[in-house]
Amino acid sequence: MKLKTVILAGTALAFAGSAALAKDLTLVSWGGAYQSSQKNAYTDPYTAANPDVNVIWDESSAEAVAKLRAMNEAGNVTWDLVDVVASDAIRLCDEGLAMEINPDTDLAAAPDGTPASEDFGDLLVSECFIPQIVYSTTFGYRSDIDAWGGKEPTEICDIFDLETFPGKRSLEKRPINNMEWALLCDGVPKEDVYTVLETEEGQDQAFKKLDSIKDNVVWWSAGAETPQLLADKEVVIGSTYNGRLFALIEEQKQPVKMLWDAQVFDLDGWIIPAGLPEDRLAEVKKLVMYATDTQRLADQAKYISYGPARKSSAPLVGKHASLGIDMAPHMPTDPNNAKNTFLYNYEWWADYRDDIDAKFQAWLAQ
Amino acid sequence: MSDTTQDGQVLTTQDGRPLKAALGRALFREKLRAFLLVAPLLIFILITFVAPIIDMLHRSVENSIVEETLPKTVVALQEWDSGSGDVPDEVVFAALYDDMVIAVDEKTHTRLGSRLNYEQSGISSLFRKTGRRIKRMDEGEPLKDQFLAADKKWGDVTTWQVLKQFSPSYTGGYFLNAFDAKLGPEGVELKPADERIYLFLFGRTLFLSTVITLSCLLLGYPIAFLLAALPLRTSNLLMILVLLPFWTSLLVRTSAWKVLLQQQGVINDFLVWINLISDSGRLVMINNQTGTIIAMTHILLPFMILPLYSVMKTISPTYVRAAKSLGANDWTAFWRVYFPQSVPGIGAGAVLVFILSIGYYITPELVGGTSGIFISNRIAYHISSSLNWGLAAALGTLLLVAVLVLFVVYDKIVGIDNVKLG
Repeated sequence: MKLKTVILAGTALAFAGSAALAKDLTLVSWGGAYQSSQKNAYTDPYTAANPDVNVIWDESSAEAVAKLRAMNEAGNVTWDLVDVVASDAIRLCDEGLAMEINPDTDLAAAPDGTPASEDFGDLLVSECFIPQIVYSTTFGYRSDIDAWGGKEPTEICDIFDLETFPGKRSLEKRPINNMEWALLCDGVPKEDVYTVLETEEGQDQAFKKLDSIKDNVVWWSAGAETPQLLADKEVVIGSTYNGRLFALIEEQKQPVKMLWDAQVFDLDGWIIPAGLPEDRLAEVKKLVMYATDTQRLADQAKYISYGPARKSSAPLVGKHASLGIDMAPHMPTDPNNAKNTFLYNYEWWADYRDDIDAKFQAWLAQ
Repeated sequence: MSDTTQDGQVLTTQDGRPLKAALGRALFREKLRAFLLVAPLLIFILITFVAPIIDMLHRSVENSIVEETLPKTVVALQEWDSGSGDVPDEVVFAALYDDMVIAVDEKTHTRLGSRLNYEQSGISSLFRKTGRRIKRMDEGEPLKDQFLAADKKWGDVTTWQVLKQFSPSYTGGYFLNAFDAKLGPEGVELKPADERIYLFLFGRTLFLSTVITLSCLLLGYPIAFLLAALPLRTSNLLMILVLLPFWTSLLVRTSAWKVLLQQQGVINDFLVWINLISDSGRLVMINNQTGTIIAMTHILLPFMILPLYSVMKTISPTYVRAAKSLGANDWTAFWRVYFPQSVPGIGAGAVLVFILSIGYYITPELVGGTSGIFISNRIAYHISSSLNWGLAAALGTLLLVAVLVLFVVYDKIVGIDNVKLG
């Protein structure tokens, strides 16, 4: 059923694409608040300056990897620029579906002349990846739970403490992050997490820790679920992307607080599909050069609480465009929030994802 | 039949042509016209239905990537005994070097790495890392040592066993995987218990689909009976009530069940309010099997009611009246006379609901939690996230075979001519 959808979608897109004009650019993103922050910060000013360019948005990032592969097999790639998380960018690069870039020639230097490769630094995790934002997966909790007797969770291991903090939790329905948190709270030092997780015993240890709360977990697969579950009081603590929690707390004024402890940083950014014709590629490169410069990345933070991926953008982060509050304290990278962070090991997960995911699903189904 | 008369004369039409040829031509023209009329649909089905299925069947066994990326290595490996316990010798490493240089140039080595990583964790980074080192290797020096220096996994026999096992262009590996099995040293064996998932999920999919079909039948039969018995005007009105949810978006209906069934939801609130359950004892009706069964029964109910209704509509009320006038009571008249005539509708509805539910994936994903998900959720995962399309194709093929087998069994037990949509 799904395969057919992919093929049909691919065909439909192929038809849509062939009718497009030379200056149409198809950008793929996640929809929602995130996509509109990109539209506001990147493409609206760009099309204002270049009236002949027409940007078309496609909200397919969640299926981008599969769709790009289908398009590539069909020999007709209709997307020009695709927003994906870093792990997907690595996968696309490995599969030869994304184009390798040279940061210093394809991306703008910082205003003070620092080359892009230095300005982005370690965040250039793949030869194909153009980082935009740093986001984190972290926890939000309700601050009005009577059963907690006035206590509030302060550290990651409170997730596993059902006695002090009874109630349901929501966790993502995949092993990534959950396995790491479980090991951290089972006494494994941060720097050893992945070496432990590489062994059979380490995986069992993580599952055993997760077993202790399994009956109290609601598993989510879309980022919007945890905010909804928190707002409905269906869960008392839940993990999701920090921007979703910001919207819940600051825009919807729900009695929810952030637990930044052991937040897991992740990256989101662009890839350029491999095999674009010269003329389209030239247009895309112009847009990328503009949309990932220091000012544009800083501008995006006006609309959503994700940290810009350039070092030089950080001092330029200002106030929220409509709420008027300072955005810096809401960034996952803010020193107050980033006291204890966990670095996600992309390379490791690229190797072990298939294996551990099978085990995780088997564990879930038990 | 013969086209000659008794005295051997050929029958002709009025203008003297042989009758057989004239008839044949007329029939051919008729057939051609009929064929041309169905041709658009036929072509459409061939392109959108038959071709994807053949492609899926092909993908579930296709495995030419190893041979295409590492042609020399595959040939060199034929000499190597994978049961020997030793890593291949210099000849194989030299072949690997030649292949890798080309593969890195064409950037196909990481692709092969991702493919083989499905079979053995770690091969993905092995190829990525080796790809980065290959340019610095010296052809004149012993290559085995240089590969081992690049990554010690090249010195691991299992890496080579996997490479050899998956070097043919066709593999049964995806199907083994789909059966929770793998090829061990002593032949096919089941995977360790903590990795088995697919057989279990197939079983659950069949079980839940059966439960959903039965609950659709239980709920749908009385409604269809009522609709068929009422005067047309009233039944049309009620029919709209049946069809209304049918016209509503699937996602809206599924989300509505979330609002109703969740622990802080409408039903639980009501039960607490009338003091039937305590506030701490709220029922868990969603994110588990119950949620999947309730939501899917609701979504698939019209597919049961409609065929039932159209069959019941054709059952003449005179049969039941006759049975009663001959002395049958209400139950006997229904069970012995009415019910057997409605069986074709039950057959059609049950097959329809069962086959639809076996491939469902959105609703279980949204309301199924962990205990209410189907095999199709794993297929979707392998299509869109892990990109293991071979395994997804193998799972899809198994699902297709399961449906076909059930169809044959159904034909044997009930008889397929006993299915009527109206």
